[in-house]
Amino acid sequence: MSADSITWPRTETAAHPFVDKLHEWVTTVDHKRLGILYIIYALVFLLIGGIEATVIRIQLIRPHNDFVSPQVFNRMFTMHGTTMIFFVVMPVLFGFANYLIPLMIGARDMAFPRLNAFSFWMTAFGGLLLYFSLVGANGLYGAGNAPDVGWFAYAPLTSRTFSVGHSTDFWTLALLVSGFGSIGTAVNIIATVLCMRCPGMTLAKMPLFAWLNLVMASLVILAVSPLTAAQLMLLVDRYLGGHFFDTQAGGSAVIWMHFFWVFGHPEVYVLVIPAFAFASEIIPVFSRKAIFGYPVMVAATICIGFIGMSVWAHHMFTVGMSSAANTFFVISTMAIAVPTGIKIFNWLATMWGGKIEFKTPMLFCVAFLFQFLVAGLTGIMLGSAPFNWQLGNSYFVVAHFHYVIVGGILFTIFGAFYYWFPKMSGKMYSETLGKLHFWLFLIGFHLTFDFMHIPGLLGMPRRIYTYEPGRGWDVWNLIVTIGVFFQALGIVVFVANLVWSYFKGETAGSDPWDAWTLEWSTPSPPPAYNFAVIPTIKSRRPLWDLKHPADPDWKYE
Amino acid sequence: MVLLVLCCSREVLADPTPLFSPTNIFAPASTPAHSIFGLSLFVLAVTGAIFAIVFSLLVYAVAKFRRRNDDGREPPQVYGSNQVEVAWTVIPILIVVALFMATARVIADIQKASPSANAVEVVAIGHQFWWEYRYPSLGVVTANELHVPVSDPGHPTPTFIKLLSADTDHSFWVPRLAGKTDLIPNHPNSTWIDPHEAGLYLGQCAQYCGTQHAKMLLRVYVQPREEFNRWVQSQTQPAHMNSDASEGQRVFETTACIDCHAVAGTVANGRFGPDLTHLMSRETIAAGAAANTHDNLRLWIRKPDAIKPGSLMPAMELSDRELDAVTAYLETLR
Repeated sequence: MSADSITWPRTETAAHPFVDKLHEWVTTVDHKRLGILYIIYALVFLLIGGIEATVIRIQLIRPHNDFVSPQVFNRMFTMHGTTMIFFVVMPVLFGFANYLIPLMIGARDMAFPRLNAFSFWMTAFGGLLLYFSLVGANGLYGAGNAPDVGWFAYAPLTSRTFSVGHSTDFWTLALLVSGFGSIGTAVNIIATVLCMRCPGMTLAKMPLFAWLNLVMASLVILAVSPLTAAQLMLLVDRYLGGHFFDTQAGGSAVIWMHFFWVFGHPEVYVLVIPAFAFASEIIPVFSRKAIFGYPVMVAATICIGFIGMSVWAHHMFTVGMSSAANTFFVISTMAIAVPTGIKIFNWLATMWGGKIEFKTPMLFCVAFLFQFLVAGLTGIMLGSAPFNWQLGNSYFVVAHFHYVIVGGILFTIFGAFYYWFPKMSGKMYSETLGKLHFWLFLIGFHLTFDFMHIPGLLGMPRRIYTYEPGRGWDVWNLIVTIGVFFQALGIVVFVANLVWSYFKGETAGSDPWDAWTLEWSTPSPPPAYNFAVIPTIKSRRPLWDLKHPADPDWKYE
Repeated sequence: MVLLVLCCSREVLADPTPLFSPTNIFAPASTPAHSIFGLSLFVLAVTGAIFAIVFSLLVYAVAKFRRRNDDGREPPQVYGSNQVEVAWTVIPILIVVALFMATARVIADIQKASPSANAVEVVAIGHQFWWEYRYPSLGVVTANELHVPVSDPGHPTPTFIKLLSADTDHSFWVPRLAGKTDLIPNHPNSTWIDPHEAGLYLGQCAQYCGTQHAKMLLRVYVQPREEFNRWVQSQTQPAHMNSDASEGQRVFETTACIDCHAVAGTVANGRFGPDLTHLMSRETIAAGAAANTHDNLRLWIRKPDAIKPGSLMPAMELSDRELDAVTAYLETLR
């Protein structure tokens, strides 16, 4: 029976033609459907970005390989980075935020449902525009080509002198357009969290997921604005005779870097803070304990948000800033390790003394803890400026940020998929396939990204389509490439699990995990209106209170 | 990670050739690289210790607190602990302060150094996709292979390199000699090296600069003082004149070659491409992309894309005879 209409028993609804269903989805303003649209969109681009990564790694499997030309390679790494950040991770996180926040705070929808839909379609269009460059970016060469300036598009490589044709314009416009979508979603999240909590749910009682997405949304607004400004300036340079970044006319390449990284660094906190949110919901449930230190977790996240706005030039330690500037950015970068480390300790303390169930969501979150620890420590190494003068712009950096984004963020995203799949679809996924996905992907991840640190330590820079033999890089690149195939296999198992379970999985019920936040009090999947009666709550874990009336949380919080 | 450093570290194993790689950051051969190496050991020790402790706690937690078959009751709900929270805030702050102070000192050591009276001064200009080197006070202009004198730690003779760019961003990275510093157009930078041992040091451009970023290789020849002086002497001579190669010289000077290339003492004074006056004194061509042999040189002139597809040297569409003549001419430019 359709999830979005109330039906009386013993009546039949007319079968909906496919076109009608399609129309419903395209015009929906329901936060749950938009969430699912974001998530599926991100999954499709995950596969495309993964293929781009595979091409890169095959080309680098041995020195002087000729699997692809340098021109194609340079497009591959540009598209891979741009796709994964803007059209995979951001959309999937926005998708989960949209789906879950109203349910978790006892609301019927987001504050601005039509803005929600507009934001999704802007983001979606941005991705399509980026990929249209493959056929549309006719330049002097007469054939379509994708942008090849790297995902951070440093000036003056992006000027018309050095980037002929329109491939750079597709990069600029695609991100400009999806940036509006990001800002719309951020505004919506902030308004929803601040204004639409159910009775009894003060800010101090809302799930950490809501708090962390609130911080993320604030960072989106602060970060995307300078990027949008920089992109407009770039367009002015390229088409309206401007010289902001035109070094041949006295412009500054470094100012592009500042603008970009003032966006780029908070952006990585935009990516990781929702990952922390997933971990903060999943780890307590599977440890059977409340999160350790809720107020400190909130405070630490807000600290990360603030300090994260002040560290950006640690991406620029090699560009020749003064020693005073370099020193400042060292201290701010190292300072941010403190609240971040605290969070790891709090998750560890949540598990401590618990009764841990190693279902698939928890497997991914435990791996996240180990991997995020390593990623944070290599980040400290990179934050020490002189050490950065060796490690920067090398494969050590590539290994570090993939450790954060894949080992940290993607692992928790997988955890979130498995954890909330029963809620979103009404079916249980196959635990066997879930575990198979986990182990395949874990092995592949470590083969690729552990060993990737080594060529960086041995002098291999990034963004090179080939490398010289005799520098000691060969065997490590081979191992790195082999890991890709395990990861690919893991993803195949993952997608197969989702599809098979959607059609053939067991009915999940409303609360398969015996969890404690409000979304688990609704049917699976929830009806369009979410709650028949808006709940009134007294503690951070309303369902714990219902299940343990003699020992409710509000007596101890 | 620490084990890896130890394995890679020259110092520990006292082996004259750097283990694993000629571009190993843990095999420093110059003062700034040594300073960074010392700092890196400290940072690795601290992060290694943190890793060991937290990793062990995580493993312990995962093993000890698995759900076992029991009465199915929930475990005691612990919401937090002020003492524990304070402890694991204060200790990381102290660690950060220690790391910061060690780092700040090395930043000052490296960035505040300035050229002494006997320092060699070089201006490096980055191009897509080759390196131009000028020694202003010595009157040398060359390309792609940098020659510097070895520096005795007792009486240092460092080389200070001013870093400029003619087009896009580049980065000068020879790991065993120093950390990398970028070459950014309209933003002069500088770096310095103080190599303690003669030899050939390798590196490459470390800031994506376009299609052939991957083959903008670096070769730094650190030479004993007398050898360096002889090199400077020979580089400041004008081109050798050889009447046998006059046919090739004629082709060179009447085709577009001289629009980009210079040969001192002749009409060729183009500056877009590398100076060729002493081309045959170099071991490689195309910024290290190929060995400087007869066949490679001829191939490079006939079809640069065969060696470095996307480089900015155009195929000159010369006939076989012209190619042979020009190659023979270039081979006289010692």
